[in-house]
Amino acid sequence: MVWYERKLLAKMQVRVGPLYAGRFEGILQPIADFVKLLFKEIIVPRPADRFFFLLAPTFMMALSVSLLALIPLGPTYVIADSNVAILMIIALLSLSPLAIMIAAWASNNKYSLIGGLRALHQMTSYAIPLSLSTLGVVVLSGSFSLVSVVESQRNYWFILLQPLGAVVFFLAGLAELERVPFDVPEAETEVVMGWETEYSGINYGLIMTAAYIKFYALAVLFTVLFLGGWLGPEPVPPLAWTILKTLLVVTLMMIPRGAYPRLRIDQMLRFGWTWLLPLSLLNLVISLVEVPLLR
Amino acid sequence: MSELTLSVGPQHPGSGHFRLIICVDGDTITKATPDPGYVHRGIEKQAEYREYLHSIPLLERPVISDSNGSVYAYVLAVERLAGLKAPERAQYIRVLMAELNRIMSHLYWLAIYGIFLGHSTMFMWPFGDREVVIDLAQRVMGARLTYSFFVPGGVRNDLPHGFKDEALRATEFLEKRLHEYDAIFFKNPIFVERTRGVGILRHDDAIRLGVVGPTLRGSGVNADARKDEAYDVYDTFKFDVPAFPDGDCYSRALVRLEEIKQSIRIVRQALESIPEGPFRIRHPSVLKPPQGSVYSRTEAARGAYAYFIRSEGGKTPYRLKISSPSFRNLLAFQFLMKGSHLADMPTIYWSLDYWPLEADR
Repeated sequence: MVWYERKLLAKMQVRVGPLYAGRFEGILQPIADFVKLLFKEIIVPRPADRFFFLLAPTFMMALSVSLLALIPLGPTYVIADSNVAILMIIALLSLSPLAIMIAAWASNNKYSLIGGLRALHQMTSYAIPLSLSTLGVVVLSGSFSLVSVVESQRNYWFILLQPLGAVVFFLAGLAELERVPFDVPEAETEVVMGWETEYSGINYGLIMTAAYIKFYALAVLFTVLFLGGWLGPEPVPPLAWTILKTLLVVTLMMIPRGAYPRLRIDQMLRFGWTWLLPLSLLNLVISLVEVPLLR
Repeated sequence: MSELTLSVGPQHPGSGHFRLIICVDGDTITKATPDPGYVHRGIEKQAEYREYLHSIPLLERPVISDSNGSVYAYVLAVERLAGLKAPERAQYIRVLMAELNRIMSHLYWLAIYGIFLGHSTMFMWPFGDREVVIDLAQRVMGARLTYSFFVPGGVRNDLPHGFKDEALRATEFLEKRLHEYDAIFFKNPIFVERTRGVGILRHDDAIRLGVVGPTLRGSGVNADARKDEAYDVYDTFKFDVPAFPDGDCYSRALVRLEEIKQSIRIVRQALESIPEGPFRIRHPSVLKPPQGSVYSRTEAARGAYAYFIRSEGGKTPYRLKISSPSFRNLLAFQFLMKGSHLADMPTIYWSLDYWPLEADR
């Protein structure tokens, strides 16, 4: 997926992108990069708090991986079909600011601190519209379980009933992932790399991987919640449908990176509180109206 | 939250060879102190030990992205000091090359502005397109960036065959691309949001601080050495001096975009009307200008670039003083950053097009 993003971005910018690692168009480049990071020395800056500094990347990785366990890829491809899957996902997502705060404070660096504070502001203010927009889907399907959410989309995908919710979820998801144009916490010309500044080698690799897993997880979640998950015409297997739809979402989420500059933190928070939050509440009201109409 | 002092640079992705000490209170910058001098190379002093011709490669080192613009004033000053006059064809070639260099420098600026605002596409596009202009310049001057092409009494060599067609093709390509920049950058809602009303430098303050170049014109002051003190053959061309009254980062960006368009206009006119004739006059290779002092000023990409040279009649200047636009614009830093957001720091910084090497010399 890293390879896909780099290639897509390169296409937008009239470049070639990764080319040499692997037989096909540098497809093994992410693996080469990761192996390189693996062999690097683990550097812990002297003023940093060693224990928490090293804990944070692992914590982040754990959070991201446990997200994956809850998200179904197909009717049979599901690790944990929980009755409260959506609630648990929201809980896991709202834990990630904590991991970032640990990383930022343990680094004992001014830029890390500023970046961490920015990330904290951003994630807490965008987690609310994110969870509220999923609530609309819950109201429609009458269940917190992701499998039954997909099953209740047999007749129509929820994106048709909840276009507003889908848009809010998409934007809040972008912010949650710190992706362009919401990559304020790691604005390199202002705060170097934000809360990741002091991380190098495999610790940085873990942070990056965690971020990409989270990215992927949110894209699948979008597919499951709004695009009918694995549902699709018969000859294509359900798993392939999920992957296909997810790729579409991933592409949509990557395009802003090539097309937009970065917002400023105050502009971003204003956007979150004055637009996304009311819109997600409105969406909730719409879904409450829709339920009796559909019955 | 108490006040935090950040040392931005010289080892910072958004600083260059330069340090900015900023105090932030929350997200607001309360004080910004520029700390230049990391790349001071004593170029003025070095020039005192070199013959007039030998100084040219040295004097373009501070500004390699606009090397013709930086030696233009020097060459004019030496010509005036030694009583030389470049033939008309040479003057046309100089104007051509200076304008190409201006386009290059502005495209470079645009690319870096893109990355300062986190827009990676805007970093790649102008950098790629700048290559077209560089190739063109390389055909004439034989180097990509540091040309040492302008010499007292003319230019080093003539235009190559077929240059006119190539240059016209390149300008057409650039014009097409400038429209695309408009779409992705200058009319991008987020870009407008980030730059409009940020770092406002009012008309009177701009004059009081003595800023020059696009920064000055971005504050609505219509001053350009090419028009006001037309040197060489600039008075024969029709071009506008763009000035935008708002004085914010957005108008400074627009000034540079407009200037690229005007430069293209000048290049086209020069290609049409360039006369035949010699491109250099013969003179002794070791110049010994008579005693006297001279001041000359040209409009480089970053603003008015001026030289003061004092000759005591020897092979080398007795004193050479450079007034570089970046150094003049340095004053605006403290003024503009105070009270702005921390995230506006790179926006303001690069909107001034500050080039540390040029300021330190």
